[in-house]
Amino acid sequence: MRGRMGVLHLRINGDDVEVAAPSHWTLLEVLRYRLGLTGSKQGCDKGDCGACTVLLDGKPVLSCLTLACTVEGRAVTTIEGLLPAHVAGGGQGADPVQDAFDRCGALQCGFCQSGMMLSARALLDRNPNPSDEEVRAALAGNLCRCTGYTQIYQAVELAIAEATGKRPKPRSWESTEPRGSS
Amino acid sequence: MAARDRHGKDAPWGEFAVVGKPLRKVDGLAKATGAAIYADDIALPGMLHAKTLRSPHAHARIVSIDASDALALPGVHAVITGKDLPVKYGVIPWTPDENALAVDKVRFIGDPVAAVAAVDEDTANAALKRIRVEYELLHAYLDPRESLTRHDPAIHEGRKEGNVSKNVLLEFGAIDQALATSDVIVEDEYTFHGTTHAAIEPHCAVAQYSADGVLTVWSATQITHYVHRALARVLELAPHRIRVVQPCLGGAFGGKSDPFSLEFCVATLAMRTGRPVKMLYTREEVFYCHRGRHPMQMRYRTGASKDGMLRGVDAKILIDGGSYSSFGLVTTYYAGQLLTGPYAFPTYRFDSTRVFTNKPPCGPKRGHGSVQPRFAFEVQLDQLAEKLALDPIEIRRRNFVGEHTTTVNGQRITSNGFLACLDQVERASDWSTRHGKLPFGRGLGVAGSMYISGTNYPVYPNKMPQAGIQLKVDRSGLVLAFTGGNDIGQGSNSVVQYIVAEELGLALDQVRVVAADTDLCPVDLGAYSSRVTFMVGNATIDACRKLRAQLVEALAAHWQVDAKRVRLIHGEALDLEDATHHLPIVEAFHLAEERFDTLGATGSYNTPELGGPYRGGTIGASPAYSFTAHVAEVTVDIETGRVRCEKVWIAHDCGRALNPMLVAGQMEGSAYMGVAEALMEEHTVNRYGLHRGPSLLDYRIPTSVDTPELAALIVESLDPEGPYGAKEAGEGPLHPSIPAISNAIFDAVGIRLKHLPFTPGKVLAALAERRARAGEPTVAGGAR
Ligand code: FES
Ligand code: FES
Repeated sequence: MRGRMGVLHLRINGDDVEVAAPSHWTLLEVLRYRLGLTGSKQGCDKGDCGACTVLLDGKPVLSCLTLACTVEGRAVTTIEGLLPAHVAGGGQGADPVQDAFDRCGALQCGFCQSGMMLSARALLDRNPNPSDEEVRAALAGNLCRCTGYTQIYQAVELAIAEATGKRPKPRSWESTEPRGSS
Repeated sequence: MAARDRHGKDAPWGEFAVVGKPLRKVDGLAKATGAAIYADDIALPGMLHAKTLRSPHAHARIVSIDASDALALPGVHAVITGKDLPVKYGVIPWTPDENALAVDKVRFIGDPVAAVAAVDEDTANAALKRIRVEYELLHAYLDPRESLTRHDPAIHEGRKEGNVSKNVLLEFGAIDQALATSDVIVEDEYTFHGTTHAAIEPHCAVAQYSADGVLTVWSATQITHYVHRALARVLELAPHRIRVVQPCLGGAFGGKSDPFSLEFCVATLAMRTGRPVKMLYTREEVFYCHRGRHPMQMRYRTGASKDGMLRGVDAKILIDGGSYSSFGLVTTYYAGQLLTGPYAFPTYRFDSTRVFTNKPPCGPKRGHGSVQPRFAFEVQLDQLAEKLALDPIEIRRRNFVGEHTTTVNGQRITSNGFLACLDQVERASDWSTRHGKLPFGRGLGVAGSMYISGTNYPVYPNKMPQAGIQLKVDRSGLVLAFTGGNDIGQGSNSVVQYIVAEELGLALDQVRVVAADTDLCPVDLGAYSSRVTFMVGNATIDACRKLRAQLVEALAAHWQVDAKRVRLIHGEALDLEDATHHLPIVEAFHLAEERFDTLGATGSYNTPELGGPYRGGTIGASPAYSFTAHVAEVTVDIETGRVRCEKVWIAHDCGRALNPMLVAGQMEGSAYMGVAEALMEEHTVNRYGLHRGPSLLDYRIPTSVDTPELAALIVESLDPEGPYGAKEAGEGPLHPSIPAISNAIFDAVGIRLKHLPFTPGKVLAALAERRARAGEPTVAGGAR
């Protein structure tokens, strides 16, 4: 039942890799099952959820709908690539988007979030100061079942704020009023 | 030490260093960087891939199965069927009616029939096509009303109740008399449609059977302990030869609470082949496995006096259980037992009946059993308020059950911040100037609810602790906490980390957590019924206090001072009265290890005796209840019938927010899910029992642009028995979203929607009916 094998020449997170895989395999399968890059998740395998989002030449694509053989020679960025790229660029630790997601509580189960963070990263690379509507629209292809999206927006807002000096809006639960029975 | 000790609401060292702050999660960066390992990320050398053959019929007898062609396919290593796994199981020990693979008959489209292990998924899928199953079709029950009266053919044979899965009839006080003497009665019918969890991670399990006879199963489960017990039962293996591990979990919401077919299949296939085996469900399979929210048809009759005081509530509920029992016994009780707050009513009767149908099995979904009745009752309360010309918030305030009290069905309520919740949403939504006064097409609605923080009914009867924890203290300054609790994304491992750091005065990076591994961790009953923060939190404090006493004693002896002067905070040990006495905490560990030998501690929690003195009285009895109030704001487009929820204000009494950011995340996620159930989602089958849309495109869960603005408002009532006063926050805040939206639609356009979901078709029909009643022309989009 093995499909015909092919040797693929891919550029993943800055590295040139050569990998043999059945020619009908998707990029998601090659990443997860050949290269051990399991940070890209499979939520549906048919283009509905966005969990498998990776960046192709900097643009978000669904790796479950992308045949691996069609991305030869193009730059693929997975969630595993963000921290090393940040460090290589002189930063410390995780990419500011990843760090903001963690600091804002956006990572509940986390299963949707590698795709979500890559969509956010791509947006900020293209437009470092997007409006709330632009953020919503950019994330509309990534389903999250845990958060209700609020803390995701707050995380993106924090990342924007730290890059631009803007002040994030206060969160509803940060009121100064006592929380006890009134 | 008695596991029931209460630890008090206060900070262990006078002022909280960790608790109450919006800190990172213990596993946040691992998740952020893609390093966290989920079940499907596990790959073992030589691993085979397994697939399940499922029934194409809703109800049929299996005449024969021939797998010889499948076995002959190169790359196929094993095929198993029901004959290989004949022992029945079920999460509730009284109702074991499931087989890992169907034995003799199938009961819904999607019921597992056979499983194949092969070198890869493609081969396994090809092998499935070569399995020949001959079926003899049986009458399929798709309408729960039919299952009430017709029992032949039975969906489960040999039961004297036929197709009735469970009936509970409980009566408290003289309900008929109370209703007969009420000034006003509201009586109506309500429908809850049925929804599913749709966690983004599909179910997945991996098994390995070692040469020395130890079976390890990694599974995307939210209850490791019950999977462990079920595997031992079905595989007829001694439990100590089985290890169950929950890797990082990609969402659950109740949908990973049952033992699932795949766990038994991978285990059997691994034992059969001598190779590790993985099975990953497709998204379509996840929809069929379901265990989602039960459809309910509900009739409520509520009586009140002229001033709006409730006199009695009479409920009759028909529950569509789908094809298996699952948690159904509990569902049937919860449908009645959890309605008796936050409002007091002196008399109550509920008669709830769960029936089997030939549909995907229902089970627990966030707010198990009580979301549906809550919807019905909160709409009915608004109908009552309308009749009496009372403000909907006012009628809820008037009927407040109070704190430190007992409900009509004998449940003990401790802390109760419901009035503060009402105040908060009233103020935040500007209710008094906006409710009833917004332009036609826009409206506000309110609803309230209560929910359990765990229950004292352990799924299998035993007197052992419900939660246990073990601390290992390392000479490096690290404390490792071992908990059987399941972190399913809600952050329970982080709660353990925060509490250990708080109690022992450690920096967060000095505490790591090992969880949900039955070999390594003490038993915990798992992530359900919103029990984890309350119970695991209390167990953690229990263990820490024992360890702390040793550290303090060792330090006091070292400095030759009274133990009361010793304080542990921010990674340091201090003497309150002598500034020259201070040590890094790691040295306190060394002093204590010299004095007491190898350090470590265990802690546990069990509930006090709770519940009314009647059969079923402990089901729904919780050591503490959370309370919630929502106001939802909607707009209704009378041309298209489309309802949009614009904003939800969510006020929730969580006792104490151990981390307000994580509490807010639970509140927002809950409200989002409720809004989706009200307006978008519907889990239904067609007339053959085929799912109407088993994909994340057809089953419409909200995207970022569909989700309303969510404002979480935290109320802290400081519960006397919760860890530092904490109660649950993960399920309660879902309940009011749905009725609040119905009530808001009434405020917006004057129609009372009682049958979920609130689709454009239902809205248009109700608008037309309203116009007809008012004698207006019935053209859509006509005069207001
Ligand atoms: S896995 Fe690719 S969109 Fe869902
Ligand atoms: S964090 Fe769980 S699905 Fe988004």
